[in-house]
Amino acid sequence: MTGPEPQRPNPDALLAEIKREERMASRGQLKIFFGMCPGVGKTYAMLQAAQRSRLGGMDVVVGLVETHGRAETEALLAGLEVVPRKALEYRGVALAEMNLDGLLARRPKLALVDELAHTNAPGSRHPKRYQDVLELLDAGIDVYTTLNVQHLESRVDVVQQITGVTVRETVPDSVVDQADEIEIIDLTPEQLRKRLAEGKVYFGDRAATAAENFFREENLTALREMALRCTTEQVDRELRDVMRAKRIGGRWASGQRLAVAVGPSPFSGPLIRWTRRIASAMDASWVAIYVETSTPLDEDAQTGLTKNLSLARQLGAEVVMTHGDDVAAAVLEAAREHHVTQLVVGRPNGNPLWEILRGGSLVGKLMRRGAEIDIHVIRAEKGARPRKPTLAQFLGQNLPRDFGWGAATVAVVTLASWFLQRLTGYQAVGILYMLSIVVLATMLNRWAVLFVATLSALLWDFLFIPPPFTFHINSLQDRMMFAMYFIVAVMVGRLTSRLRTREIAERKREQRTQALNRLLEGVSASTSLEDGLHRAVREMDLVFRARTAVLLSDVGGRKLDAVPHPASTFLPDEREVGVATWAFEKRQVAGRFTDTLPDAAALYVPLTTSNGTLGILGVNFAERNALTLDERELLETFAVQIAALVERYRLIEGASQARLAAESERLHRTLLDSVSHELKTPLAVIEAATDGLDVQLTEASVPLGKTFLDEIKQANKRLSRVVSNLLDMTRIETGKLPLNLEWCEPAELLQSAAEMVKNEISPERIHISAPDDMPLVRLDFGLMEQALCNLLTNAATYSPADKPIQMSAQLDNNVLVLRVADQGIGLTTGEETKVFEKFYRGVRARPGGTGLGLSIVRGFTRAHHGEVIAENNPTGGASFTIRLPVETGSKPA
Amino acid sequence: MKPNPIVLVIDDEAAIRRLLRAALEPHNYQVCEAETGQLGLQEAVGRRPDVVILDLGLPDMDGLTVLKRLREWSQTPVLVLSVRDREGDKVAALDNGADDYLTKPFGTAELLARLRVIQRRVSGGPDEPVHVIGDLQVDLAAHVVKVKDHEVSLTATEYALLRVLVQHAGKVVTHKQLLRAVWGPNAETQSQYLRVYITHLRKKLETAATGKLIQTETGIGYRLVIGD
Repeated sequence: MTGPEPQRPNPDALLAEIKREERMASRGQLKIFFGMCPGVGKTYAMLQAAQRSRLGGMDVVVGLVETHGRAETEALLAGLEVVPRKALEYRGVALAEMNLDGLLARRPKLALVDELAHTNAPGSRHPKRYQDVLELLDAGIDVYTTLNVQHLESRVDVVQQITGVTVRETVPDSVVDQADEIEIIDLTPEQLRKRLAEGKVYFGDRAATAAENFFREENLTALREMALRCTTEQVDRELRDVMRAKRIGGRWASGQRLAVAVGPSPFSGPLIRWTRRIASAMDASWVAIYVETSTPLDEDAQTGLTKNLSLARQLGAEVVMTHGDDVAAAVLEAAREHHVTQLVVGRPNGNPLWEILRGGSLVGKLMRRGAEIDIHVIRAEKGARPRKPTLAQFLGQNLPRDFGWGAATVAVVTLASWFLQRLTGYQAVGILYMLSIVVLATMLNRWAVLFVATLSALLWDFLFIPPPFTFHINSLQDRMMFAMYFIVAVMVGRLTSRLRTREIAERKREQRTQALNRLLEGVSASTSLEDGLHRAVREMDLVFRARTAVLLSDVGGRKLDAVPHPASTFLPDEREVGVATWAFEKRQVAGRFTDTLPDAAALYVPLTTSNGTLGILGVNFAERNALTLDERELLETFAVQIAALVERYRLIEGASQARLAAESERLHRTLLDSVSHELKTPLAVIEAATDGLDVQLTEASVPLGKTFLDEIKQANKRLSRVVSNLLDMTRIETGKLPLNLEWCEPAELLQSAAEMVKNEISPERIHISAPDDMPLVRLDFGLMEQALCNLLTNAATYSPADKPIQMSAQLDNNVLVLRVADQGIGLTTGEETKVFEKFYRGVRARPGGTGLGLSIVRGFTRAHHGEVIAENNPTGGASFTIRLPVETGSKPA
Repeated sequence: MKPNPIVLVIDDEAAIRRLLRAALEPHNYQVCEAETGQLGLQEAVGRRPDVVILDLGLPDMDGLTVLKRLREWSQTPVLVLSVRDREGDKVAALDNGADDYLTKPFGTAELLARLRVIQRRVSGGPDEPVHVIGDLQVDLAAHVVKVKDHEVSLTATEYALLRVLVQHAGKVVTHKQLLRAVWGPNAETQSQYLRVYITHLRKKLETAATGKLIQTETGIGYRLVIGD
């Protein structure tokens, strides 16, 4: 324990609390109606609450409610919208499950989902209904659900002890921990039995059977107590959460950390649940430690281990995996690394003598070496004993062959010795047998070696050691020699075969390392994404003896491409692509050998990098039943490498695209600059020259000179306008119109535009109106000024010179509305959109002009993500309205 | 009598150079020409011009480079005369020390007026405390601002802003220059302040009688209008 120093809030705990709150903000709320057993009225209570919410105006939808034909309950369904169930067929039986996708698409505020512990029919997305509920919560939908205490994962063993019933449908405690509210539906055992007798729970015979079995009074009392205790614990935990978050003084978490040693044995399950109960009661965090030894696990053990580890994860443990042949040392090292204060192990149930031979039991070693850690030793519960392996399984693979070889070798050696012993004596025969054992041990299964050792010892004794043809041994010396021979033979056999096992494991590891190396080399030698993926897929297929599909996301990383990459060696069908898409969206492994859609043909691993998910790796293990831990790790490493490969080429592609864009922009700019230089310089010369002439020319010196000069000036001005319109248009069309956003006053914009055209349109003609209190808006002043100028010029062109032009600005919910209206000839039908087309000239247009002015207006407006509309005024004339979404700033006081 | 002011024209277009000579010489300017940036800088050292007219698109180096090199040792007023009409180009030239900017095509009258303004700033002593610009009278020593002989009361910020404009009367002052002078270097991007205070200043100074005093140079900055 820590010293007298007062315990401060643990930063991890605070962080977890903050994260929990953040998650809560976007997540739906979960309310569980919790009861001791069926029939207490959970569904009824849930529906009552739902009806109340519905009357309060909430959007409530029934995802799935089982009324079990109870009339009172059915009556409560009235008025509630029900999402129809999804029909599934499994082995010819029609089943109806909750329609998860339908519910997600419907997106109600609150969904009712009965019986949280239900197991979905094969073919559903998740094996368990609580996983459906978690997905609903993730989507922000509130859920009401019901649960009985016997389905709570950590109580399963206790329930079994009390009632003798094995519960198969369980819900992890971590799901229940996530509940925002738990309402206990309580009924005394007498009341419940009365309800049962009245036929309110089960009908007819079933009621009677149930009353005799499960609904016995003592059962009910025990279950009720358990349900109440569970709820109290939950309330306690919430209280502690609040205290921690609000920094209310008093006691902090106990500072304890538990660890449980986990193995492949079924006994680990109860051990894990026990640890979870204690950890929860102590408000301590806990870890599950698994030590991988060099002895490889067979497939069954692997399945058992995976099951145990995922149970630990579900119950909220942190899973720690470590390697080492000295299990006790490895467990202690991991425990110390994770600051564990209490360690839970199972009581050894093996043969005590055997334990001593192996250098003492695990518990013994732990107790000797782990001085500072408290150790709980938990007994194996009935029914949780490891399944007795069949003899063949126990003895290992290739047994008949190995025994055959062993027997044959012994026969040959015996025959040879028979002739040899006349020359060498019977003692040398023992050495010969020993030699054959050493040789066989490097090749055969250890049980076969043991068999050979025993057989040869017996044969030696029977045939060679005097007196021959009896098992009796005369001299003390021979007896000693025989005993020693037997012990040494067994030991040598064991040692050699252990070495061999280790060597095999080592070779396997070596193979994997090599595979990984080949992948890395292949990937780095690749010349393109296609090439790299081809190499990676080939390597994957080889190592996992599988076929592989690669599905990539689009460049934005939002959608998964349903067509597999050409490098793939298996083609997922539509259903499989659905699984892959799920894995992609949730960034979780899905499909075969997982909890999500396990009946899929392949396992789907997301290709994730720090920049997001780039795709999915689908691995189709043709005829495998399980995946070892090692293989899973290797697969994940492969996925990481392939993700890095994809990312690398995406980055290269992105960079080259950016370079190309920059190059083309530079080219455009240079071209535009030089074109504008070439066009504008002569115009500048003409303008300056005519200005110069204007001063010197008099009517007297050159008659009509002034007239011609004015014509030149007019023509030059028009040419200048055309040139700058063409250049503007070119800038718009190259798509490179950088916005120079700045804060400006709308009124100033209007005035400035009117100012710019004052030579063509007299300022008195333009009537400007803008509210006084308009805030500043952010836009490209130059572009919008030019747009308004073009609209004004257009208005002046199409209306009589004595008619005013209205120009106004207005702000409408962060949209700046600029309007230019004339009282001219207006637009003909169909012209409303045509006028903005390039080179379009109004039907009633006067000669001159390029038909670019309005398309430039549209270009500049679109560059601001706005729109421009042309229409006729009700009072005659045309009006042009520009609507720009803008940022608004403070109002000038 | 003062000698005729020397104008150095740095432009690669012979037509423009000839035209400027024709336009300027009758108004008592001595014109010397340079075809490239390098020659222009040599001429600037050798002839010590009173005004430089600079094109931005030069064959050997960018006009902005010429401007920067020139500003390393000389405060000669520079008028940039270019076909580049993007605001970015104008602001870059002004921020790098150009005194004014005129885009081609240009009017001769406009060019002469701009030349007069930038020369006046140099010849007119900066020590003069009272500036009279049209109807506006600003006493920089006494902090008194009058419009048509009526005193106008300005806040400290408004006055600071007006002072910068007055000191550069007739010339474009870029947003960046104004922001830096009034609010300090950290405010260079806060152009909305400027908008607000320019609006205030206009409301206080401009009347129907005075007409426009502060002119917006779109996307670039502001100019205090001086009557001719």
